[in-house]
Amino acid sequence: MAHEQAHKLEIFRGALKFKSNVSKIWGVFIILSIVTIVEVALGIIRPAFLVDHHFLALRLLNWIFIILTLFKAYYITWDFMHMRDETSGLRRAVIWTTVFLIIYLVTLILIEGDYIFEVYKNGYIKFDF
Amino acid sequence: MEATVVKTGTEGKTWGGGNEPLKASYGKMMMWFFIVSDALTFSGFLASYGFSRFKFVDAWPIPDEVFTHFPFLHGVDAPMFYVAFMTFILIFSSVTMVLAVDAGHKMKQNKVILYLFLTIIGGLIFLGSQAWEWATFIKGDYGAIETKGGQIIQFLDKDGERVAIRDFAAKASGERIEQTKENGIWFKNEAEYYPSVSFEQVKAGFLANDNILVRIQHKDEHGHHIILNREESIAKVVNDGAMVVEGANLRHNEYGHPLFADFFFFITGFHGFHVATGVLINCIIFFNVILGTYERRGHYEMVEKVGLYWHFVDLVWVFVFTFFYLV
Repeated sequence: MAHEQAHKLEIFRGALKFKSNVSKIWGVFIILSIVTIVEVALGIIRPAFLVDHHFLALRLLNWIFIILTLFKAYYITWDFMHMRDETSGLRRAVIWTTVFLIIYLVTLILIEGDYIFEVYKNGYIKFDF
Repeated sequence: MEATVVKTGTEGKTWGGGNEPLKASYGKMMMWFFIVSDALTFSGFLASYGFSRFKFVDAWPIPDEVFTHFPFLHGVDAPMFYVAFMTFILIFSSVTMVLAVDAGHKMKQNKVILYLFLTIIGGLIFLGSQAWEWATFIKGDYGAIETKGGQIIQFLDKDGERVAIRDFAAKASGERIEQTKENGIWFKNEAEYYPSVSFEQVKAGFLANDNILVRIQHKDEHGHHIILNREESIAKVVNDGAMVVEGANLRHNEYGHPLFADFFFFITGFHGFHVATGVLINCIIFFNVILGTYERRGHYEMVEKVGLYWHFVDLVWVFVFTFFYLV
């Protein structure tokens, strides 16, 4: 176990290559920092166009936040938690399971929350939930 | 030590045992098992937060208006900066952790010690920041009136700036006297929660000051809280007002819906608990590294395992940050 593990040193599908694992860590840190700064800037400015336009019942701005969050989550898992260096079996067992269950849970629960909002708003069948 | 038979005599055969198809040790696998189940716990919490938010989607507090404080900058409106700072602290402590893991792979004991130490410091700064964030949230800012129906109404001046209720509330007419058992009246203990000014004072001060308007919880199509005109404001306060709310606790919340405060305390609290245990485990491993335990063992996989946990805590914060402060 004392030997140095083989690290995959490419990110962005090989568009960015690092010479050593340490420099890859710093590279990922810079990417995560930039994404966080973009998120905070968007959160403070809240551009009117992104706030007033919706896609699938969510503001465009919120979609951007969610996509940037998943982007950050990917790099934390792949490079900080070394998912990139694990076997594909372990990777799929962890990621596919979790992602499937979370999407399933969130979809059902948000649809239910929206339904209750409609019931409150439109004021009938109050007894039915 | 060699009490158990490890070899079965069928080495090399597929079903003979001893295979590691995932090429990960038992400990690391179990850490991943734990992380998957913990991730599902957190997604359960965040999904229920989303449920409540969708349920009251037109009346949910706007985080930008709730978390506007920065330590040592009194009265400066600094939305999000403090949480952004906390996020950086946690990401940076993740970086030092992964550097410690990397140094462990290279068997560099002194570097592992240094990076683990920095990680622990980062975790402690994060915990302190969260305590400050909680204290500010609990203490409150401008104060608000809660209606009989449990809605929160907040006060603004004509320019749309928030005004604090203690600034315009009328002076108290009499002194507040605490009843004691000796008075021989029907005795009820003091309520555990009472604000600095009474509802009657706020109402009198509000009626005397024509410049103050009321903002309700419901939002217009641009996501701003609806501001009532003076006549509607008076009607709202006089007819519906019931009590003064300052700050937030599990029952009342001056920023808006009480569920917002409940979920804030519960989810950031549960995450903070993870950070605290993470710091504790990091400390244990830190002292083990100093004592040379892993040097003797010949590998630093233990650092890698606690590293996985620490990165997971960071990963959860990334989601909490988005869904509590940004969205």
